[in-house]
Amino acid sequence: MDVGQMQRQWLDYTRSLFIEGFLDNQFLQLQQLQDENNPEFVVEVVSLFFDDSERLLKDLNFALDQQGVDFKKVDAHVHQLKGSSSSIGAQRVKNACIAFRNFCEEQNVEACLRCLQQVKQEYCLVKNKLETLFRLEQQIVAAGGSIPMMELGF
Amino acid sequence: MWFKATESCNCIEPQWPADELLVKYQYISDFFIALAYFSIPLELIYFVKKSAVFPYRWVLVQFGAFIVLCGATHLINLWTFTVHTRTVAMVMTAAKVLTAVVSCATALMLVHIIPDLLSVKTRELFLKNKAAELDREMGLIRTQEETGRHVRMLTHEIRSTLDRHTILKTTLIELGRTLALEECALWMPTRTGLELQLAYTLRQQNPVGYTVPIHLPVINQVFSSNRAVKISPNCPVARLRPHTGKYLPGEVVAVRVPLLNLSNFQIYDWPEVSTRSYALMVLMLPSDSARQWHVHELELVEVVADQINRLHFDGVGYVAVALSHAAILEESMRARNLLIEQNVALDLARREAETAIHARNDFLAVMNHEMRTPMHAIIALSSLLQETELTAEQRLMVETILKSSNLLATLINDVLDLSRLEDGSLQLETTTFSLHSVFREVLNLIKPVASVKRLSLTLHLASDLPVYAVGDEKRLMQTILNVVGNAVKFSKEGSISITAIVAKPESFKDARIPEFLPVPSDSHFYLRVQVNDSGSGINPQDIPKLFTKFAQSQAVQTKGPAGSGLGLAICRRFVNLMEGHIWIESEGIGKGCTVTFIVKLGIPDRPNESKLAFAPKVPGNHVSTNFGGLKVLVMDDNGVNRSVTKGLLLHLGCDVTTAGSSEECLRIISPEHRVVFMDVCTGLDGYELAIRIQEKFKKRQDRPLIVALTGNTNRVTKENCMRVGMDGLILKPVSVDKMRGVLSELLEHRVLFEAI
Repeated sequence: MDVGQMQRQWLDYTRSLFIEGFLDNQFLQLQQLQDENNPEFVVEVVSLFFDDSERLLKDLNFALDQQGVDFKKVDAHVHQLKGSSSSIGAQRVKNACIAFRNFCEEQNVEACLRCLQQVKQEYCLVKNKLETLFRLEQQIVAAGGSIPMMELGF
Repeated sequence: MWFKATESCNCIEPQWPADELLVKYQYISDFFIALAYFSIPLELIYFVKKSAVFPYRWVLVQFGAFIVLCGATHLINLWTFTVHTRTVAMVMTAAKVLTAVVSCATALMLVHIIPDLLSVKTRELFLKNKAAELDREMGLIRTQEETGRHVRMLTHEIRSTLDRHTILKTTLIELGRTLALEECALWMPTRTGLELQLAYTLRQQNPVGYTVPIHLPVINQVFSSNRAVKISPNCPVARLRPHTGKYLPGEVVAVRVPLLNLSNFQIYDWPEVSTRSYALMVLMLPSDSARQWHVHELELVEVVADQINRLHFDGVGYVAVALSHAAILEESMRARNLLIEQNVALDLARREAETAIHARNDFLAVMNHEMRTPMHAIIALSSLLQETELTAEQRLMVETILKSSNLLATLINDVLDLSRLEDGSLQLETTTFSLHSVFREVLNLIKPVASVKRLSLTLHLASDLPVYAVGDEKRLMQTILNVVGNAVKFSKEGSISITAIVAKPESFKDARIPEFLPVPSDSHFYLRVQVNDSGSGINPQDIPKLFTKFAQSQAVQTKGPAGSGLGLAICRRFVNLMEGHIWIESEGIGKGCTVTFIVKLGIPDRPNESKLAFAPKVPGNHVSTNFGGLKVLVMDDNGVNRSVTKGLLLHLGCDVTTAGSSEECLRIISPEHRVVFMDVCTGLDGYELAIRIQEKFKKRQDRPLIVALTGNTNRVTKENCMRVGMDGLILKPVSVDKMRGVLSELLEHRVLFEAI
């Protein structure tokens, strides 16, 4: 596959991520921040996000497993996750977190567990998608091309 | 009779002797029979000849022959009574034979003929009946036609007058004439309704006031049906004058006449035909005439009786309608004349007003020039004077002169403006301009005064406020400046906040502006500006007067600087010209005041942007404004967020330090950091930190600007930030452009509170 094709593939893939709601405008902003001074900005931030999220999800699992669930703590964790996911534009994760927080307020353990599953699911999905995207980018760069600028034209 | 033939003379002798009585009688009878038989055909021939139509002539011949032969037979028989020769006997026999033949033939023939003859007879009878019937019908039609003719004639007579009396009299007369009556009388119910009074009669000119009680059985009988009823000539209503005839008085008929109450009559309202009262009409045939009332005559009477009052009623009705039409016509004529007069007067007034306006405009134009020239001279020369060497006292004097003349110039301008606004000769200019820059201008102009008075000034521009708008920039700025200026002028301390948002239709349902219901469209939006001050406030009762020219509340006059009182009036004019609304609210003296206005501005089309004067900071391009290594500190406990914000600021050319907690932040903060961005999503850490930072840096100029980053679109958050003395608040998510704008804003104005 030549560079042009790969670039087109990358564009289509990225567009699909937006259309399906995995990513939102914030991700574009991140891409804009990537320049010569900061060539790996997006990957770095996203990796940070992955690490952070996995830690948080583990903590959430632990907290909800307890006999007496400390909802304040659960809420704090979800809040963090919500913040980071919205910072990088992981829209579906963010929305799942918002729903999660509502049930935390209600102190509904079953619902929280369900939400946790949902968040995990969304997180895994977006993680896969982003990793695929980065792989594509690496391929393009390795082939000598450059990553096109994404414009949110829809 | 049998014959005995004699031997000698070949004669035949009759059996019986010729002179027997019986034979004699036979002889006579035969003779008469023969006579009759011979005369019948003669008669027949005679009468047939007479009648034109007889279809069976030859039957007649046959019959005649038969009769004749019979006669002949009997005649010849006469000879057989005495002795007679054989020849006679033979003739006799022949005649008999012939007769027999003919009579048989005739008999056979008659079988056919007689039924025909009979049917002729029946047909004749049928035709006669038919003729009689037709005759009768003719008679009926004729009588009907006559009746109709009479009614029409009567109607015509009756319609020719509207006077009831005349109508009734005419009716009686005509009826009397048509039917050849001896007497015709009309009995009307009295006012009480309990009696009938003789009202009109045909023959008697002046009827005496006979009355009969109304509830007589005969009268009830007549009233109960609409037919003409034959009554006895002896009943009270029929006994009108002494009976003069020799024999029986003529038949009398009475019929009811429905009376429609004219008091029910209203011009546009035809009352129902249900009537309450009846009059009684009595008609008498001439006595001794043996005339009888015929059916058609009775019908005539019934029809006439029914129609009398209705005709009268109709006639009166038509006249009433005509009268009302005439009245309406007259009314409309009068109204038209009045309108014409009024039009003339209005025209005159208009011309006079126009003359007055022209005169005033001329005056103003002259005065404009004449007043402004000396003013400019004064101001210019005073300014120049200020530049020269002066003693302190002189300087003070010159400053006062300048200030006063500026004030005077403003006053002159205001008056001229207002007068132009009043007569509508002022027209708004329409340009595309930057809304943001207008507000910034105002802020720049007011800030010096505000800071002198130590008033804090904040501006919130909504994020959905269009950057560019189409309208009169100068006058919008004038309005905002005026309002903000007033706020500053009348506040001794505290803060003034200016908020600008796009007004949504829901917010229009303000109880304060009941008649104002603007409709935003695709090409226009409504800008809502609210200026709050914590100043001296206004007595709610004085609020209506504020917009009146030259009126001032007492409080203003005694305290504070004097306003010409025109400012708000002019503002209102401008706001109205911009199809908007302006109002003031205050809870009272000392409680501050809020001035709000809404104006309609256009939304510029994209293609026209080339005509715009670009504001220095145009959003949407990828030029990264380099903030020249501006040292900033980012405090956020979320690693991802921290990285993103850091990346953002790096991209904009800042020198970014990060801190993951409040303690770390306090540790690393230094006077070199111009701005601290702190995340306040997580609990009260942020606020605490802000306070601690402020404590750390005693002098305000040294400490960095503190800006909160939050995802909460919550008034409480904003108020808390303001309370702890933060310099700004930004809503997450922050885009590159937003951050750029924020930094610029902050550095310029040292204040930015994003509208929530």
